[in-house]
Amino acid sequence: MSMKDIIKGKAYVLGNDIDTDQIIPAQHLVYSLSHPEERKMYGRYALSSVPEVQAGLPKGGIKFVEGGEDRSEYDIIIAGKNFGCGSSREHAPVALNIAGVEAVVAESYARIFYRNVVDGGFFIPFETDEHLCREIKTGDVIEIDVKKGLVKNLTMGKQYKLQPLGDVEAILRAGDIFAYARQEGMLRR
Amino acid sequence: MGMTLTEKILARHANKKSVSPGDNLWVDVDVLMTHDVCGPGTIEIFRREFGPNARVWDREKVVIIPDHYIFTTDVYARRNIDILREFALEQGIRYFYDVGSPEYKGVCHVALAEEGHTRPGEVLFGTDSHTCTAGAFGEFATGIGNTDAGFIMGTGRLWVKVPPTMRFVFDGEMPSYLMAKDLILHIIGDMGVDGATYKAMEFTGEGISMLSVEEHMTLCNMAIEAGGKNGIIAPDDKTLAFVRQRTNRAFEVVYGDHDAGYESVKVYHLKEMEPVVAKPHSPDNKALVREVKGTRIDRCYIGSCTGGKMEDFKAAARIFRRNSVKVETYVVPATTEVERRLREETMDGETLYSIFEKAGAKISDGASCAACLGGPADTFGRLSGSEVCISTTNRNFPGRMGSKQSQVYLASPLTVAASAVRGVITDPREFV
Repeated sequence: MSMKDIIKGKAYVLGNDIDTDQIIPAQHLVYSLSHPEERKMYGRYALSSVPEVQAGLPKGGIKFVEGGEDRSEYDIIIAGKNFGCGSSREHAPVALNIAGVEAVVAESYARIFYRNVVDGGFFIPFETDEHLCREIKTGDVIEIDVKKGLVKNLTMGKQYKLQPLGDVEAILRAGDIFAYARQEGMLRR
Repeated sequence: MGMTLTEKILARHANKKSVSPGDNLWVDVDVLMTHDVCGPGTIEIFRREFGPNARVWDREKVVIIPDHYIFTTDVYARRNIDILREFALEQGIRYFYDVGSPEYKGVCHVALAEEGHTRPGEVLFGTDSHTCTAGAFGEFATGIGNTDAGFIMGTGRLWVKVPPTMRFVFDGEMPSYLMAKDLILHIIGDMGVDGATYKAMEFTGEGISMLSVEEHMTLCNMAIEAGGKNGIIAPDDKTLAFVRQRTNRAFEVVYGDHDAGYESVKVYHLKEMEPVVAKPHSPDNKALVREVKGTRIDRCYIGSCTGGKMEDFKAAARIFRRNSVKVETYVVPATTEVERRLREETMDGETLYSIFEKAGAKISDGASCAACLGGPADTFGRLSGSEVCISTTNRNFPGRMGSKQSQVYLASPLTVAASAVRGVITDPREFV
């Protein structure tokens, strides 16, 4: 994967402490991640355990993936603090990836989830000091300028600063931890 | 300045004289653990990256413990166990605790300790967030995803960013009505579920030295519920005795330096502390038990890595031996060893198993993670509607135990047993 300079799409907005059980409930962790058809089930059930009132802020009650579908119409997730807390299940970032998520912009991440996103290269996990889940509404069109470190709400005509990706940028740019390790000469092939 | 216990272990495994919080290191791994939920995905990534004929870096260091979805008719779940079995055979994995065999163990974090895979001074990674449990043995232990685990399988190494250490000191003697679960729920309630994000949580003090090895495991188990990278306790004599009883492998005990730098130090006075619960739907939603006593419940659950060990059942039996349950109470031993000991160990001349049976609890036929994380629809004790449950498990996120409409309170085995007997949330001090 080469990192895009511009990521543009519709926003799906969530609050604080979205845990991995909400992202992909444990009963679904049985499907094969390598089987092309079974894999789609992770997209179908992505974010399916988020409580109704918090699903798609500010109003809530918005499905991330329509019933029977495995792709979401939303490309960018906006969230509050501690996104991805809880279990180490990599199925969580994978489910978001299969549903079509290209980037998440959160105030902070739980660490195992963050590592999984970076080392697996599933999408770009941006951080911001802004309380974007109160500024952006589900359905707003968002543009992330990766080089400039800006997130723009095209619907509202506002823009906000992102934090630098920091240490992990090299892994994200390489594609995943394997590509990074090969690039650094740690893996031979 | 010296190093903390966590920093010292990481430095040794990166062949460095000293490290500081924030340093990125490549560390050598002593043990990689995986289970039936994340093992198949890990194996897939390992084969994709290292080739179909690749061999794991060390067949004695990859430990495979199926434990999540064991007693189910779900075909996908059963297939995942077949994948583990085939891989273990192909690779000659020495420590594979197969379902349906005499080697079957149950919950991986407890099984790792029982089988001697948790050793002081070592580095343990596992594809499960509660891998931090093993910090109770004075080692660096943390949870990772499939990609990182696949990387370790092929290389025996992983990058780690050195976490700063937060120190928690428990002063005074441990009162009989408190358990490790109360202490850790206090800490999480005080800091929030992200209060220790990417930090090491080190537990120490007189109160900690009074606690058993299993109670140490409970404390470290829930470091992740505060966002911690790892939980850790310097090994004491009983911990070393426990480890030596269960492994012949040599290990080197590591202690933190006296002049180590801690990011923070927080002192708790045990005599001022009370039994607590975490209310729905977050482990940091703390309340004193007396503040919520009388809350109606439909179900009690005693089990999991954090609440299904012998000490947990002994605590519950203290209350159940003279009292019957008023609400459905599910008992799930974490491992086959715990299951066996429930039938062997006695209290006032009666086995714990018989005490639970006579009290009216439903006892699982098999050891596993069971309903702690919901799981397939036919999982023992799983919530399926709008039940209110009080549980010895470690997470009460929305839907965690199987139903989005349910409400879960987390508490110590003493508090859960007391509540089972009254049918409402009850302070264990009414019994002990």
